[in-house]
Amino acid sequence: MQRPAFCIGLLLISSNGIADFSGNVAVEAISFSEEAQFEDQFDENLTLSFEPKWDGDWNEGDDLWSVELFMRADSKDSGREHADIRELLWLSIDGDNEWRVGINTMFWGVTESQHLVDVINQIDAVESIDGEDKLGQPMIHLKRYQDWGVLDFLVLPGFRERTFHAKEGRLRPPLEVDTEQVEYESSAGQQHIDYALRFSQTYNDLDLGVSWFDGTNREPLLLPGTDSSGSPVLTPFYEQMTQIGIDAQLLYQDWIWRLEIIHRKTDSNDRDAFIYGFEYTFYGVLDSSADIGAIAEYSYDNRPEGERGVFDRDLFMGARFALNDAQSSEVLAGFLVDTDNQSRTFRVEASRRIGESWKLELELQTFANIDDNDPLAAFANDDYLLVDMAYYF
Amino acid sequence: MPDIKIIVLLLYVSLPLSAIAQDSQQQGLEIARAAKAYDRGFADFTANMTMTLKNKSGDTSTRLIRIRTLEVEDDGDKSLSIFDEPADVKGTAMLTYTHGLKPDDQWLYLPALKRVKRISSRNKSGPFMGSTFAFEDLGSQEVEKYTYNYLRDEPCGEWVCHVMERFPAYEHSGYTRQVVWLDSEAYRVVKSEFYDRKKSLLKTLVAGDFQQFLGHYWRPGRMNMENHQTGKSTLLEWSDYQFRTGLSDRDFRSQTLKRVQ
Repeated sequence: MQRPAFCIGLLLISSNGIADFSGNVAVEAISFSEEAQFEDQFDENLTLSFEPKWDGDWNEGDDLWSVELFMRADSKDSGREHADIRELLWLSIDGDNEWRVGINTMFWGVTESQHLVDVINQIDAVESIDGEDKLGQPMIHLKRYQDWGVLDFLVLPGFRERTFHAKEGRLRPPLEVDTEQVEYESSAGQQHIDYALRFSQTYNDLDLGVSWFDGTNREPLLLPGTDSSGSPVLTPFYEQMTQIGIDAQLLYQDWIWRLEIIHRKTDSNDRDAFIYGFEYTFYGVLDSSADIGAIAEYSYDNRPEGERGVFDRDLFMGARFALNDAQSSEVLAGFLVDTDNQSRTFRVEASRRIGESWKLELELQTFANIDDNDPLAAFANDDYLLVDMAYYF
Repeated sequence: MPDIKIIVLLLYVSLPLSAIAQDSQQQGLEIARAAKAYDRGFADFTANMTMTLKNKSGDTSTRLIRIRTLEVEDDGDKSLSIFDEPADVKGTAMLTYTHGLKPDDQWLYLPALKRVKRISSRNKSGPFMGSTFAFEDLGSQEVEKYTYNYLRDEPCGEWVCHVMERFPAYEHSGYTRQVVWLDSEAYRVVKSEFYDRKKSLLKTLVAGDFQQFLGHYWRPGRMNMENHQTGKSTLLEWSDYQFRTGLSDRDFRSQTLKRVQ
């Protein structure tokens, strides 16, 4: 990740394709309304991010290349100050086969509030708590189109470690995660080669995907330890896992029904989890051009209490407002309620274009009534408001 | 000899008479069929579209969209829209399989999430990219999507136009009725009026700068859609039309949305 500029230079020289350059630069301000739970954590922060992209093609469009970088400058949280190659990819199209070689970011799945089957990329956890920012994954990927469905074969050499906030950062576990002391179940460590397969097909109004993954679990166990100075820290431990996943989506009139199921086997447990729900859209509300979508999703996880994640027996209820105006104004708001311990979180994401090149995004997140044993307990005091102003070019 | 003259005269008189006698609905349908038949066989085309949105106070904003369309026999066309501007939506792509009466199939690729989302196509009356064009105004015009009623022929600029009403036969249209002016030679749609669910005039579309391709197919260079109720208008300016570029079904798969350039 150290010399992205060098890599881009090589690509630009070796390619006959004309580089198309685009991207954005953004200022993000975040403010936490409550006093921090752990010492050294800040209350406000101002950071800068830069996301340039280049792409081009040759062979009359049968070969394409793309580069996408991400950088964030953060003077208070050294864990969040990072750079990543989201994409550095050669894509070659040969009839019904597509080869992708390099670094890529991809998405599998259908649900809105949680992503269970989406396991190819590591989460860039310091970027957002919704898990939708991801680190680029090295891969050799063959996509094969058949009449009866699309097959994806992936070989994934090189594991990406999850990013963690530094001690000063908010939205972190009770102790700092010491990423210097990372350990792996596999003796191959970060060099372990993972494999994945996916079948997907559309049957009229039904989309179906079945996936299989064998390799390093992207979700680490955080084990108690001490750092070099003897202070208590958490150390990431990455187990091996095998996962089978199913994702399905059915469109029926103004309804979209969604389902994701996984079975994940690791050394420490056998995890069965699912999420299902719907989105119902009211089009052109009150004779306006605005649409409102009502979303409800229920998540279940069979692991014993204490080993579960955030989405164990949780109900998400939300609404999506799309004004369909010239500024593409949108709001997504929702509650997540733990039906066992009544812990509640509330989140609003709003965005609007300003002029031709600017985009303003607001994010509000609150944590209420968080149970001491809930995985969110460390975030209990981390209600925040985030404002992001981005310039696109 | 005089007999022949009478026969010719009779033929001359009886043609328009039989036309008048013909059911005006049947006549409208015939025109729609002839228009579709005229355009058949284009195979595929690509074009660039500049969309200028103008609000009541005259403020404008611009979108650049590349369009790829594949003709599908016995069904609606497949169409791909790739957004280049505004910059924050660059790389967004929308794929539509249009159908006759059956709802269209539609997918949207969101580059920020690297995610292809299947979207419901029931928002036919919703605005396309915040413009005065609704999704249903931009889909391929299949004969069975409407019932028709021929009104009259009248001059329209340099041509003579058939004027007819058409009534959406598909569900969830924002319109009760449209009045369409198409020229009698090559079925170019030069003007359309759109009447809303309350039956009052909502929008007027005027098309011009028609260009002919492959010596047969006509496409407009500009289309202006004015919304009379909001005072907003949208101008579409088309350029770089290319026909029979060799596009195939392979270029219109939902999973290829991720790699369109």
